[in-house]
Amino acid sequence: MYGFLIAVGILLLISIIWMVYRIQTLVSVVKGSDKKVASGSNKVNAMMFVLFLVGSGVLMFWYSIKEFDNYNPPLASEHGAVTDQLFWITMAVTGVIFIITHVLLFWFPYKYQYKEDRKAAFYPDNNKLEVIWTVVPAIVLALLVIGGWKAWSDITKPAPENAHVVELLGYQFAWEVRYPGMDNVLGANDYRLTNASNVSGVDFSDKNAHDDFNSPVVVIPKGEPVLFKIRARDVLHSVFAPHMRLKMDAVPGMPTKFWFVATKTTEEMRAELNDPEFEYEIACTEVCGKGHFSMRRVINVVEPAEYRKWLAEQKPYIVNNPALVENLSPEMKELAEITISEHK
Amino acid sequence: MATAHTATHSASAHDHHDDHEHHDNFITKYIFTTDHKMIGKQFLVTGIFWAIIGGLLSIIFRLQLGFPDMELYWLKPILGGWIDDAGKLDPNFYLALVTMHGTIMVFFVLTAGLSGTFSNFLIPLQIGARDMASGFMNMLSYWFFFLSGVIMFISLFIETGPASGGWVVYPPLSALEQAMPGSGLGMTLWLIAMTCFIASSLLGGINYITTVINLRTKGMSFSRLPLTIWAFFLTAVIGLLSFPVLFSAALLLVFDRSFGTSFYLSDIYIGGEALPNTGGSPVLYQHLFWFLGHPEVYIVLLPALGITSEIISVNSRKPIFGYKAMIISMLGITILSFIVWAHHMFVSGMNPFLGSIFMFLTLIIAIPSAVKVFNYLTTLWRGNLIFTPGMLFSIGLVSFFISGGLTGIFLGNSAIDIQLHDTYFVVAHFHLVMGSASFFGLMAGVYHWFPKMFGRMMDARLGYIHFWLTFIGVYMVFFPMHYIGIAGFPRRYYSWTNFEFSNMYTDLNMFVSVAAIITFGAQLIFLFNFFYSMYRGRVASLNPWRSNTLEWTTPLHPKHGNWPGEIPTVYRWPYDYSKPGAAEDFIPQTVPLSATPESNLPHEQELVKLEKAIIADEEEVLVANESKES
Repeated sequence: MYGFLIAVGILLLISIIWMVYRIQTLVSVVKGSDKKVASGSNKVNAMMFVLFLVGSGVLMFWYSIKEFDNYNPPLASEHGAVTDQLFWITMAVTGVIFIITHVLLFWFPYKYQYKEDRKAAFYPDNNKLEVIWTVVPAIVLALLVIGGWKAWSDITKPAPENAHVVELLGYQFAWEVRYPGMDNVLGANDYRLTNASNVSGVDFSDKNAHDDFNSPVVVIPKGEPVLFKIRARDVLHSVFAPHMRLKMDAVPGMPTKFWFVATKTTEEMRAELNDPEFEYEIACTEVCGKGHFSMRRVINVVEPAEYRKWLAEQKPYIVNNPALVENLSPEMKELAEITISEHK
Repeated sequence: MATAHTATHSASAHDHHDDHEHHDNFITKYIFTTDHKMIGKQFLVTGIFWAIIGGLLSIIFRLQLGFPDMELYWLKPILGGWIDDAGKLDPNFYLALVTMHGTIMVFFVLTAGLSGTFSNFLIPLQIGARDMASGFMNMLSYWFFFLSGVIMFISLFIETGPASGGWVVYPPLSALEQAMPGSGLGMTLWLIAMTCFIASSLLGGINYITTVINLRTKGMSFSRLPLTIWAFFLTAVIGLLSFPVLFSAALLLVFDRSFGTSFYLSDIYIGGEALPNTGGSPVLYQHLFWFLGHPEVYIVLLPALGITSEIISVNSRKPIFGYKAMIISMLGITILSFIVWAHHMFVSGMNPFLGSIFMFLTLIIAIPSAVKVFNYLTTLWRGNLIFTPGMLFSIGLVSFFISGGLTGIFLGNSAIDIQLHDTYFVVAHFHLVMGSASFFGLMAGVYHWFPKMFGRMMDARLGYIHFWLTFIGVYMVFFPMHYIGIAGFPRRYYSWTNFEFSNMYTDLNMFVSVAAIITFGAQLIFLFNFFYSMYRGRVASLNPWRSNTLEWTTPLHPKHGNWPGEIPTVYRWPYDYSKPGAAEDFIPQTVPLSATPESNLPHEQELVKLEKAIIADEEEVLVANESKES
């Protein structure tokens, strides 16, 4: 019943609009305004541009200032301070250009709207002007690029020797977090060894793998370099830690990496934001299928001392599941058993 | 003089043309036509159809994003099993919607619908040619596009859903059926459809290039071409060089999917089994894809910029400022567009050194774009502006081009891109600079050339309402996305509530969705105006915008062959508006310089002598020919 009433209402509305439209068309024909070069609407449109400029300009400034803390994500990494600074410098430069060009773009239509007694200026070119507005943007862009290039080179240079290694393996639809253990060297891996109890495909015939362990949370120390070694085992994924200003794709068959230094522990950030629930997070930013939007991992940034304590408490894969080393060669198995007994 | 000899010669030319005109029946006139004007209209109507589909798809996923708790049972009659028992949209289908929206809008609407329509319609009319170099290839071009559309349309309805890996269809996601249902038959159909589409683009592109080079009328030198033609010409060149690379990428993907090769696949464990593929690289696909993908942005944008240049000049009653600079910047964009592709891949894991190189190259391409904006502004300056709907949409385009172009400076900077890559900042950026700007170019073109297409005017007032609703609507949709993007919201997310960094802004997302629905609704005004005016609009005058270019010298309903008599000769560039000394504020390209001594510039006065000599020569030849005939 409601559907029927709505349909009737819409029909009525359409027919009214239709009538108004027909009437105004006929009126314009009678008045002969359709013969004119520019009708009265010309003025209205010219006014609208100015109104739009003022209205949307006010809205933009109001919202940008009011919501600043909301849309500006808290920062917790060293290189992030540099990229954030670049971001806001670029924002300032482009913001000025944005405003100047838009003021001109919307003010000219008002200022130079059609008048019968005026003739437009015949002004086909001016080489000097062209050169100016080729060279000036070129210089400005060059400055911006050089800043970006320096930052990019620093961020992507090889990680320091003493960086703490953490492996993130993306798969549908979660991240497996693997630590290299006390030797800080990840054991070798082979995707063909992957199974339900060996998510990362760790090759336990490599001695370095014996003390590798996994963790449900990415725990890292504050103020010390951390190297994420990133892999994917099925499709593309991408590690995105928004508070660390960190993003790197996870590619099957091609390990990638990203190193950084966290500057605030989770506790410090909680105190600063006055939000006891706050967590640093990792999300996936390369579409990977149905669960793309749910690949969450928490990063827990702690003081270095606390980190070392936590590290010592962790139990390697092979301690939790001795079956992993059952098929190894006798020598390797012996080595593994030593590791297991050390952790008992 | 010129007019006199056209008249004397018109009779014989007309006879000749009647030969194949009266054979036209419904099928050869409207379906398998070789007339470039009808093919242009076919592209336009098909493009409009696809724009509606693409728009509707985006409305469905905007409902999910803006109103995540909404029960969508009412969509069940259309979407069937994709709405689950709780009334929620299936996450796999959400990805399919995003993918199809992208594919349809980029390729079917803004490539075929824009370039296909206006290159076909305008190239012969504005350069003074009877038709395209090959009418038959032109017809094939449309029908390959049509076939491609049919296949893509069918893929929307299959049980496993259409392709769902994003419009870029990165492998391994798109290569492995186990990864998601859309990578099965849906992806196969996507690849077949795109192959047809590439064939269509190439057939069209070869034709546009050949026609512009070979079939210009007498006097129409490259330095007298309207900027529209320059834009279509360069667009076709870009397409011709880049689409084959997409084809090769697709072909290798077909091999990986169906014949067990490992171009893109390596070390994969999926669905409980380790695949035998090793040695391939998913990054290879990204390089190949973006070698088309980035030029594609300009394939979409350049025609819109060309159309805008023409419309802004006509309605400012002023020559376009810096005609040569405009051409040089378009040439610059054309060349640079091929060497910036990897800025889409800064964090793909490729060598960071390459990132530095591509950052430098990318920011160079911002320079010609900036020059174009400044030239548009200077064209408006001290003009005598008439706000036709076409003009409004052109000014809107310039605004989007600025807004979206400036955010490109953030994204082209690899250090800043680390944070912004694949967030809503990118979505806002390309929807403004490429999506909305090109869409506005398309709209501007339709309003401006409708009188030439159908011999009738579209209603201007409905055009104004359509423009203001759409212009404000587009900003309401895409401007807030910048904030969402800076906050770090990732793209292609079914929902953001799983993360603390992105669980706010339900209000802003709701706002965006409502704005999107209103903006989409406003397009109904256009649809009504378009189809109603086609049959019932006011009959147009021959040159309603008082424009200089050649298409307005044809009859109201030009037949196949465009001009009933001789093709007019061109004596000047197309931008002689408001020339000092001239009585009218426009001088069409067909008016000889010798006929306008009062307004000629000093260097043109020199050309008059040359022109007179040529006209005299022609007259002699003509007289000689005619005496021979009789």
